[in-house]
Amino acid sequence: MPGPFVQDAEIARSREVAQEVIEPVFELIRRNTTVSVERTVLRLFGMSDAGPSGVPLPNLMTDRLKAAGVLNRGAAYWYGRALQLGARSPLDAVERLAALPLERLQPLSAEAEGNLRQAVRREAHSATEELRRRIGQRDALREQFPMSAAPHKYVIVATGNIYDDVDQARAAAQAGADVIAVIRSTAQSLLDYVPHGATTEGYGGTYATQENFRIMREALDEESRRLKRYIQLTNYSSGLCMAEIAFCAAYERLDMLLNDAMYGILFRDINMRRTFIDQYFSRRICALAGIIINTGEDNYITTADAYDAAHTVIASQFINEAFARRAGLADWQLGLGHSYEIDPARPETLLLELSQAMLVRRCFPDAPLKYMPPTKHKETDIFFSHAYDVMADLVAVWTRQGIQLLGMMTEAMHTPLLADRYVALKSAAYIHRAARGIDEEFTVREDGKIATRARDVFGRAMQLLEECRKDGLVVAIGRGHFGDVKRTETGGKGLEGVIEKAPDYFNPFLELLEGVRA
Amino acid sequence: MSAPKQPLRAYGDRRDDGVLQLSFTLPVALSEKAKEAALQYCKGLGLQDVKVASAEAAANQYTFFVVYARSPVVLDYAAIDVPEVVFRKLGFDELNQLIESDVGRRVVVFGACTGTDTHTVGIDAILNMKGYAGDYGLERYPGFEAYNLGSQVPNEDLIQRAKSQKADAILVSQVVTQRDVHKDNSRQFIDAARAAGLAGKTLLLLGGPRVDHKLALELGFDAGFGPGTKPSDVANFIVHAMLKRLGKEPAGLHYEGEPT
Repeated sequence: MPGPFVQDAEIARSREVAQEVIEPVFELIRRNTTVSVERTVLRLFGMSDAGPSGVPLPNLMTDRLKAAGVLNRGAAYWYGRALQLGARSPLDAVERLAALPLERLQPLSAEAEGNLRQAVRREAHSATEELRRRIGQRDALREQFPMSAAPHKYVIVATGNIYDDVDQARAAAQAGADVIAVIRSTAQSLLDYVPHGATTEGYGGTYATQENFRIMREALDEESRRLKRYIQLTNYSSGLCMAEIAFCAAYERLDMLLNDAMYGILFRDINMRRTFIDQYFSRRICALAGIIINTGEDNYITTADAYDAAHTVIASQFINEAFARRAGLADWQLGLGHSYEIDPARPETLLLELSQAMLVRRCFPDAPLKYMPPTKHKETDIFFSHAYDVMADLVAVWTRQGIQLLGMMTEAMHTPLLADRYVALKSAAYIHRAARGIDEEFTVREDGKIATRARDVFGRAMQLLEECRKDGLVVAIGRGHFGDVKRTETGGKGLEGVIEKAPDYFNPFLELLEGVRA
Repeated sequence: MSAPKQPLRAYGDRRDDGVLQLSFTLPVALSEKAKEAALQYCKGLGLQDVKVASAEAAANQYTFFVVYARSPVVLDYAAIDVPEVVFRKLGFDELNQLIESDVGRRVVVFGACTGTDTHTVGIDAILNMKGYAGDYGLERYPGFEAYNLGSQVPNEDLIQRAKSQKADAILVSQVVTQRDVHKDNSRQFIDAARAAGLAGKTLLLLGGPRVDHKLALELGFDAGFGPGTKPSDVANFIVHAMLKRLGKEPAGLHYEGEPT
């Protein structure tokens, strides 16, 4: 591994500070729930259909409970009451609850209450076992058809129609892709529900739905068997439905999810409290499901300057790691994000990019890491653009990135043509093959440009972490320290969906998931 | 009297050889038949001397081709009518001085990425202090008062905010182009701007990677700016267009970097 650059003790200190940074946020997470967390609980119980008007049943039920002012006891409690009333199906449960004057419903006796909780816990347990069984199927297929060596080549499909996406995903897999990301429709992150069923429309991609996940995973299972090489699938657990998407992905056997503790706050203007609470439950599900999360630090350096803001990436990675570990995720599940984004007009950018990627590898030796290609300074000269992407391929293999999103030569022009993906995959395969092990052949001089830059970036990251600890994460975000974006604690979308838990709040899945160690 | 003709053909490695390089994909498996199909396809395009340099299986049922060929097309360069550059584009200090002397107040500019588009990279490059490729953004110019409202701003909100501040120019950025959403949203912006009485008064500018001046004019904007546009290009356009409207510069004035 290249470099110490910095002492082990300094890295350990960063981890401690990051822990202290996130600690106050956990007080908020412990005391509150959200409409989307409660909808996820209902989905975990098997409530996945939509009502007659197309509104998902979990939304119908939580909206009803919220309007009655009783959601603070937990959707699981009311689900139990509906079962006690003889509900035979999820729709039946919603209808029975809708018919009741929940505000004036008499409390149960202590004994009946205890029995209800026991019954619901049993059901939660068997639902969790079913989920584990499905995840076991995925893991068995992975074992039968091992993946190719890292960096795993990750490409995007974005036709806006799930069936066309399937064709493009199969083609990409045949051309050597290891991971397929299905881009979802622009602004889905701002929808406070998960759309239902297979979809053939959307802007910039189609919707993330449970059915679309199923369709794509089925196609990739088939492709994995044919190619004798397991093809991974990823989607986006971000926005107002982080936890619900995490559940849908876990149930449909996805392998990865874009999932960041702060991305929604910064780049989608989603309320801070809402995001912190939602990300926790979503990550608890990812921990159980063995899903690798991909964090979004690469976005910081598309809004802020990649050279000046390099330290914010490192600081945020420590924070994301702290949040993730607190949610039970293991290091092998942390695809911490970063990217090759320094302005190529500058001198020595290959050294600077190597420095940054080596520093990330040094700080997070056991995380797969997720490396993103250049986008911000991409030119419409595809020949230059291709050469630029190839440099990122070299840095990725040199620094042993687990996951590498491949750059497209037509970035900045249009969604990739099928051939763009083919050209990117062929070149990346060549570079990875040609340079594998290069890190073991060259040591990086401790008094050189790479190490000096890494020390400087690390030092500034440490300062920023200390500032976040002293002033609080909320204030640090308010000052625009991450991605040059400023947000306030009560601003943004979705705050109305945050609910303070009642003293007798009940969520058997949280109890189960918090008992899980990945 | 017409100008003497200037025949023009593509240049490969010799004058007038008409050589083109192109690449494309056919949705068939790689085979001799597929290569012949690529050859005939290029002949159908009117190309001659077609050489299929490379045919590769981009996937089981897709073949990717790189082709070299000659095109017999000859243009008369003399007959191409594009207004000539008349003025040199003004630099940062010069433009600020021109605003001070000829406009006599700060130029108010509003910008946003409107509709469902979340990509602020373009509007940020033009408006934010930092700018793009070493070229300062409008916020940095003392002569401009720039407001960047960010992403996913409803068209109506942008128009109302701009109107309340008596904006001289509004910049609409559109990055996502799937199924021409940028055109639909841009048309909706123009309708709303017309309804608000801004058309013909406030300069309406459109920018984005798939935008050009011609498209912007067709959609009803005053100008369009595509990939590679620098903040100084937009700043120069706004100031010159204002001065033209004020009658302080001739309507036929052209300058370097102007959208054409």
